[in-house]
Amino acid sequence: MKIKYKYKYKEESWVYSRIVKNHFFHPRNVLLDDAHYKADGIGVAGSPTCGDMMIVWIKIDKKSRKIKECKWRTFGCASAIASTSMMSVMVTEKGGMDIKKAINLKPQQILERLGGLPDRKFHCSVLGDIALREAINNYSKKQPKKYAKKRK
Amino acid sequence: MRNIYFDHAAATRIDPRVLKRMAPYLTKRFGNPSSLYSLGREARAAIELSRKKVARVLNVNSEEIIFTGSGTESDNLAIFGVAKAYSDKGRHIIVSKIEHKAVLEAAKKLEKEGFEITYLKVDPKGLVDLREFKKALRPDTILVSIMYANNEIGVIQPISQIAEIIQKFRIGRSIFHPFFHTDACQAAGALSLDIGKLGVDLLTFSGSKIYGPKGVGCLYKAKNIKLEPMIVGGDQENNFRAGTENSALIVGLAEALELAEKLREKESKRLMHLRDYLIKNILERVPKCRLNGHPLKRLPNNINISIAGVEGESLALMLDKHGIFVSTGSACASFDLAPSHVLLAIGLTPEAAYGSLRLTLGRNTTKMEVDRVLKILPKIVYKLRNISPSPFARPS
Repeated sequence: MKIKYKYKYKEESWVYSRIVKNHFFHPRNVLLDDAHYKADGIGVAGSPTCGDMMIVWIKIDKKSRKIKECKWRTFGCASAIASTSMMSVMVTEKGGMDIKKAINLKPQQILERLGGLPDRKFHCSVLGDIALREAINNYSKKQPKKYAKKRK
Repeated sequence: MRNIYFDHAAATRIDPRVLKRMAPYLTKRFGNPSSLYSLGREARAAIELSRKKVARVLNVNSEEIIFTGSGTESDNLAIFGVAKAYSDKGRHIIVSKIEHKAVLEAAKKLEKEGFEITYLKVDPKGLVDLREFKKALRPDTILVSIMYANNEIGVIQPISQIAEIIQKFRIGRSIFHPFFHTDACQAAGALSLDIGKLGVDLLTFSGSKIYGPKGVGCLYKAKNIKLEPMIVGGDQENNFRAGTENSALIVGLAEALELAEKLREKESKRLMHLRDYLIKNILERVPKCRLNGHPLKRLPNNINISIAGVEGESLALMLDKHGIFVSTGSACASFDLAPSHVLLAIGLTPEAAYGSLRLTLGRNTTKMEVDRVLKILPKIVYKLRNISPSPFARPS
């Protein structure tokens, strides 16, 4: 029996936006060799038991107090991987983000840059900024007190 | 490059032979089977012939076959139907923890209405413990529902042994209940559905898993069992399921079942061979990965593995990019964001459930396809482990 298909339905668009897809298949700033990486601050968020876990390593320029490098590794779904990747791009682009600004980075900002995520995947983008904040706090703690006062 | 479809437990491609039989009932033989004139009688005759075909495969009388709208509907009808019809005899029901949601959610709904449900544990291989089952049986148990083969891990339950235990229990107390329902949606086409050997009182299967059409299911119900219908408004299907019969889908279901039964033994042997080859090679080529479910008592086409350090949705999407379609028990891929209840029931940690992957082979699967998957999968796992923080997942 021959059936002529007059209408062809287009494939349902990908679950995620084009940008998410791009960052998932080509993640930026992944740290492959942590043993030889001298980070100024390290932050961990989540746990593998709840499905998402990530580590963020940052290098900070002491003078300008801007983030020079932001490396990461993530266990999680496509949206978790893409949002961490996007976050690492956001804090290091244009000569690096000021740590004061970075500590206030909101998941919504990452989400906007990603072109949105499905509603139920929103929580996946929350971990990245938590890990980043941890890393910055980790860095701040290591600084001499005098410096910390000056910051206030 | 052709796509590789390794998700036959989700849906199967309709067999052209089946489609050919269905087509006239969508076009020129469109009549309502309840109509008196020849157009209607023709459709009626097709449905009754289909019923006979299904009955022959199941080795039962054709009056005992009820056509429904899906496997889920059949499961629901069996559970609600028996529970409502026999609530005067007792309000206790036994189901296993690894049932399909169509059974579990129905049981949960009854629980809210005052029924008492025992959720039977399974061992780490996924098998129901018969001793525990015996202990769970009570005089006020009206229904037992245990699936024939599991949809996620493919484990085959000892249905005839369970039926025997129930039979002895009934005779010992000279009562007619509990009745035994089994969900055979995944087993159909792969295992024997001979009711005489299985000894069940109700059995569910559907068209979409046996290379037939979606949107049609079937419930076998032994003659002497009462059933409260869920859909009312017509005397179709012996008053058990109202609504104009979909003759095309019913014809398709019967044709698909008959064909599947004919091919069953040969096809099972072939798939089993491919399955074992795939399992053996994945375990060899992908370090830190395990097989979920019983290695032998499983469906000939089912492979379910957990890969440490990677997440299933990421894995499935990466495979999709290579044109390989698989499924995962990871929470990230499900709508309720909870990991698979089956994998948790066999004792997997949530982390292992997150890293689970289900590959289900089918009638069109070739050795070449299996080899391609074996080539691509380890590469993808390597890539994802590289960006994963779990130290144990790091390739050394």
